[in-house]
Amino acid sequence: MSGTGWKDIPIGGMILEAGNAVEYLTGGWRAFRPVRGEADCTHCFQCWLFCPDSSILVDTENEKMIGFDLDHCKGCGICASVCPVNSRVIRKAGEELAKDDARLCIRIVEEGKFQE
Amino acid sequence: MSTFEALAGNEAVATAMRQINPDLVAAYPITPQTSTVQKFADFVSDGLVDTEFVCVESEHSAMSACVGASAAGARVMTATAANGLALMWEIVYIAASNRCPIVMSLVNRALSGPINIHCDHSDVMGMRDAGWIILFSESGQEAYDNLIQAVRIAEHPDVLLPVAVCQDGFITSHGMERVEVYDDPDVKAFVGQFKPQWSLLDLENPKTYGPLDFYDYYYEHKRQQVDAMEHAQGVIMEVAKEFNAKFGRDYGLFESYRVEDADVAVVAANSTAGTAKVVVDQLRGDGLKVGLLKPRLFRPFPAKELADALGHLKAVAVMDRSISFGAMENAGPLFLELAAALALHGVQMPMADYVYGLGGRDILPGEIESVYRDMLHAAETGQVEQMVTYLSVRE
Repeated sequence: MSGTGWKDIPIGGMILEAGNAVEYLTGGWRAFRPVRGEADCTHCFQCWLFCPDSSILVDTENEKMIGFDLDHCKGCGICASVCPVNSRVIRKAGEELAKDDARLCIRIVEEGKFQE
Repeated sequence: MSTFEALAGNEAVATAMRQINPDLVAAYPITPQTSTVQKFADFVSDGLVDTEFVCVESEHSAMSACVGASAAGARVMTATAANGLALMWEIVYIAASNRCPIVMSLVNRALSGPINIHCDHSDVMGMRDAGWIILFSESGQEAYDNLIQAVRIAEHPDVLLPVAVCQDGFITSHGMERVEVYDDPDVKAFVGQFKPQWSLLDLENPKTYGPLDFYDYYYEHKRQQVDAMEHAQGVIMEVAKEFNAKFGRDYGLFESYRVEDADVAVVAANSTAGTAKVVVDQLRGDGLKVGLLKPRLFRPFPAKELADALGHLKAVAVMDRSISFGAMENAGPLFLELAAALALHGVQMPMADYVYGLGGRDILPGEIESVYRDMLHAAETGQVEQMVTYLSVRE
């Protein structure tokens, strides 16, 4: 296994730099991927607020949600479940939208089925 | 100058704690450790120490508080016994893994059940593989001396492991003896100030203790613990040398009592070693060449040094105050480890294990003498009659 040897890492699993989680790429853990759908995003930042991995990318200058940091996103789908636009997507009475429905604002797509 | 005081073993330990003046003590009362912490609580109330004394609701919390404070950079101590140690279990491993130099006074008591508050070594034997350094003490004096040295051993930059200092529950913990108490400034000078290298309270350099550690680094961190154990033995001898020179003692990895020219020897830890010395002297008076080896350091296990010290004997018996149930021949842990050590270092001789004293059952000189007689017989015949004997159990 590649990586630093035991003589060259801090003892006891200590992490000696702050804010280093950015170096640990957890995107490979993902089974589901968040994808922007057809519904217009209102840039309410609910997804940014709730994302447990700080993986919602925002343009702070223009106050826009601009996408997902797929190097760190673990695909938990919280962004889609808290999205208020998703819940306002017009549907037939009694219709349940699939998580990957193209009409949603944030869709959750199985990695295996994802196509650019 | 030092003074001589009539102290029970637990009071001697509490006195060492007062002199060490740790930054934090977190402990929960459990027999037969209670009087240590009770006495230390007096010292806190009387303003004789600066220690933050944390009264917790369980031993699990006690050890947790110790780990947190140690990570924060404090010099930390605790005390427990048997079931209390068992309740600490999860955090006992974490203390060693997080490399927290915590010092614990462990008053050996039978681990339930059926419930029993008296002495045996089943509690400490359970923590063999937890990553702690383990020292045995024959008397209150040794518990006092070992505790003072333990601080230096634990905090040594090449070690940074927790240390447990054992003594026998009730037999020495509550038995009053003449203890030489060194002057406070001498003890304080010996233990010095703890200078933590990685303190959580060093706000300029934020750091994380105890993060998730998976297959990519966990193994390397375990390897580091092995490295620390490998350094420990040298550090223990270094500290002992300095301690011996300053306080006029003779500590090493173990004590060899009349072993050098002996034909047979008994290996026994903690207070039973004291009784065995009396038996050795009696048998020597009868012209029998017998000796006693008293382990001081149990973790790390000084295998080669023990093989060197015992290699010339014609037979050796180990006295185990606990059973490793289901292990080879249902023997005791000390026997199993010593047998392996001798075999690996090419020493072959008749060996036998004598389990004794479980749950505080007395071990009398006559019983120890019977062990020596068995070994003298084994030395003649070249074999032991029985590999494991449960000494004085009623049939």
